[in-house]
Amino acid sequence: MEDVKPQLLKVTIDGIEVEVEPGTTILQAARKIGPEVAPPAMCYYQPLKGSGGKCRACLVRVAAGSAKDPRPMPKLVASCLTAVQDGMVVENTTNPQVVDARNGIVEFLLLNHPLDCPVCDQAGECDLQNFAFDHGKVTTRYEEDRRTFEKHDLGPYVQLHMTRCILCYRCVFTADQITNKRVHGVLGRGDAAEIGTYIEKAIDNDFSGNVIDVCPVGALTDKTYRFKSRVWFSKPVDAHRDCPTCSGKVTLWERGEEVIRVTARKNEWNEVTEFICNTCRFEKKKTSDWVIEGPTKISRSSVISANKYRGDTIKPSFGQRLAAAEYKPIHDERDTSQLQIQQLPPERFAKVLPSALDPEP
Amino acid sequence: MATKILTEHINVPGIETFDVYRKQGGYTAVEKALKTMTPEAIVEEVKKSGVRGRGGAGFPMGMKWSFLAKPEGVPRYLVCNADESEPGTFKDHYLMKTIPHLLIEGMIISSFALGANKSFIYVRGELMYVIHILEKAIAEAKAKGFLGKNILGTGYDLELVVQPGGGAYICGEETALLESLEGKRGNPRNKPPFPAVKGLYQCPTVVNNVESIATTSWIVNNGGDAYAAIGIGRSTGTKLISASGHINKPGVYEIELGVPVEDFIFADEWCGGIRPGHKFKALVAGGSSVPILPANLALTLANGDKRLMSYESLSDGGFATGTMLGSGGFIVFDETSCIVRNTWNFSRFYHHESCGQCSPCREGTGWMEKVLHRIEYGHGHQQDIDLLVDVSKKIEGNTICPLGDAAAWPVASAIRHFRDEFQWHIDHPAEATQPGAVYRGDMALV
Repeated sequence: MEDVKPQLLKVTIDGIEVEVEPGTTILQAARKIGPEVAPPAMCYYQPLKGSGGKCRACLVRVAAGSAKDPRPMPKLVASCLTAVQDGMVVENTTNPQVVDARNGIVEFLLLNHPLDCPVCDQAGECDLQNFAFDHGKVTTRYEEDRRTFEKHDLGPYVQLHMTRCILCYRCVFTADQITNKRVHGVLGRGDAAEIGTYIEKAIDNDFSGNVIDVCPVGALTDKTYRFKSRVWFSKPVDAHRDCPTCSGKVTLWERGEEVIRVTARKNEWNEVTEFICNTCRFEKKKTSDWVIEGPTKISRSSVISANKYRGDTIKPSFGQRLAAAEYKPIHDERDTSQLQIQQLPPERFAKVLPSALDPEP
Repeated sequence: MATKILTEHINVPGIETFDVYRKQGGYTAVEKALKTMTPEAIVEEVKKSGVRGRGGAGFPMGMKWSFLAKPEGVPRYLVCNADESEPGTFKDHYLMKTIPHLLIEGMIISSFALGANKSFIYVRGELMYVIHILEKAIAEAKAKGFLGKNILGTGYDLELVVQPGGGAYICGEETALLESLEGKRGNPRNKPPFPAVKGLYQCPTVVNNVESIATTSWIVNNGGDAYAAIGIGRSTGTKLISASGHINKPGVYEIELGVPVEDFIFADEWCGGIRPGHKFKALVAGGSSVPILPANLALTLANGDKRLMSYESLSDGGFATGTMLGSGGFIVFDETSCIVRNTWNFSRFYHHESCGQCSPCREGTGWMEKVLHRIEYGHGHQQDIDLLVDVSKKIEGNTICPLGDAAAWPVASAIRHFRDEFQWHIDHPAEATQPGAVYRGDMALV
């Protein structure tokens, strides 16, 4: 029998057309085009079933439902859950309503999340940091007291600091789906909700370490690595070992000759490709335990890749756009030829400061 | 005399017992439906009646029923949403405690029409005594052969289960209710899939309000056309209104849709006017989640016509000058009510009841409450009013379930219509924080 090829659906995202298989979500279709149009995702995690729809960071506007029914959808939709239809037109970064909603989401997420990136263990790998960098504002309008918590030790390996938690539910889904005995969940409601084990209990199973990898912020941290180093001072290397429990395919984070941390391998969207066991993650910290494959390719995201592998992978983003918007050329009335200052060619700024080159209105 | 559909026999002594209810013509609709009608015919009658969901959203009930997926070999469920808990709404509670058999009769007919063999009544946990009343009524109906196996010899089986909820407002949202009924944390589900396709235990499910289900026996007895003849335009039939606040006769009233709001408040038949010596100030027409209206807009439309008690008339003018019929929680305020304090109070409720699943609602409801609290207690800043409007806009429409909208609308509408009152609180914190201080226009004092 001949294989019947599923009919591909055409979807236009920010004016770029892409063909995807039926059942693909808008977020997946946008990721297929590339990071420039991919909506941010704080709670959606592709390997975890049932994740998504909670953080509302990936809201997009559907300007036309499908070719058959081209009516726009009345509200913004969560792109991580909405399946594409043939002829759908989606506005992501091009719609002011979407941009405004995302500004709002960043503001909401940062109401209770402390901006302590300089002392947070997740800095450099934090999804919220990237999200806030792209869509946030420089000031806050929140004047009230922020909620704080004591740190919880969830066993010998994992530490929970609820102050930083944004309740994405990813760790709950992870524990639910890849381990037998889930002992933690969400307690309480509204902004009093928290991740907890009800009675102070350790998360004790072979795959418990994976909750650290899926946490988008620094709420769940690796006790064997906490504050040993900043992530950008270490060098990620792909490695594997013959592990009886898991696939054994990991990324080693090396500082000099020393392995300071082991994590699962992640794809360019910061999602774990294969979950790894605690033995690989916490106990095998010698280079001799591993077969080294080569340097990890970090194709996107955060300062890990900045100035190290490919500087151009970081798009001129919020900070630079802000600088461009507030850029004021200095009026120097002196005769520069006398001062022997060489003018930099304007093209040097074109990438970073596009508006600086615009003629004055 | 206005037509009474649900409350016709409500004052008959002992109506909560099977025998009295039966003597008043109860359960004849079950006999008629099960013995002489097909399920399709019942759905058709309900469609013809044009009855709209009485839980608040006002979605046509017949259409909702016709959306139910009917795959082979998969059970279907009917769930009755009796988790009524919106501030100002208490009509379902009243109906269930006084005439429980009306709901049970409706459940039997609706379950038969939808092909459900097991149906649930999800009652708010606080109403434990109502649960006992319902369970007693179910036992009576079962003893008389109207429930259980082979009902009235027609071969139709139905088991009716009363499930107490944990007492969370969010569990009144249909998908959160289903989660709760399945024994999980009551978090709303993302839609699609809608419950009509994947609901309770991943099976096709219809969730209806108590009042909606209770109307079905009248519709079966009298026909959909007779029901559609009552009411006005697309708002057919009667509606229970739970009237409260500064009126002379608070209570639950059954009205034909289309009664002018002015008559409803001031006529002796219903609310009997504002309490003596006071003036009508504002109205929340459909439970605390709908936008609040000042007196002039509550009584007249923007074009000068009288505003009527119907879905269309109340929502006339959108949210700029209109509101919603909602669940019929009719709250009347006179001039002694402080709108800021009232808005803070509503906001406090939504903050407490947010499930915390999606970020705009989790963080936003708390933020609004805190800002309102600050204004009410004399610590507001000038920019706080605009901040509240902006935060409510960022919540509205961006959440998983309508609780976000429900939290945002009262705040946004209160500022829209009573901005000067908020301004007064900010400008005159010393006066505004006096006990019982209320802004009264120019006088602006107690």
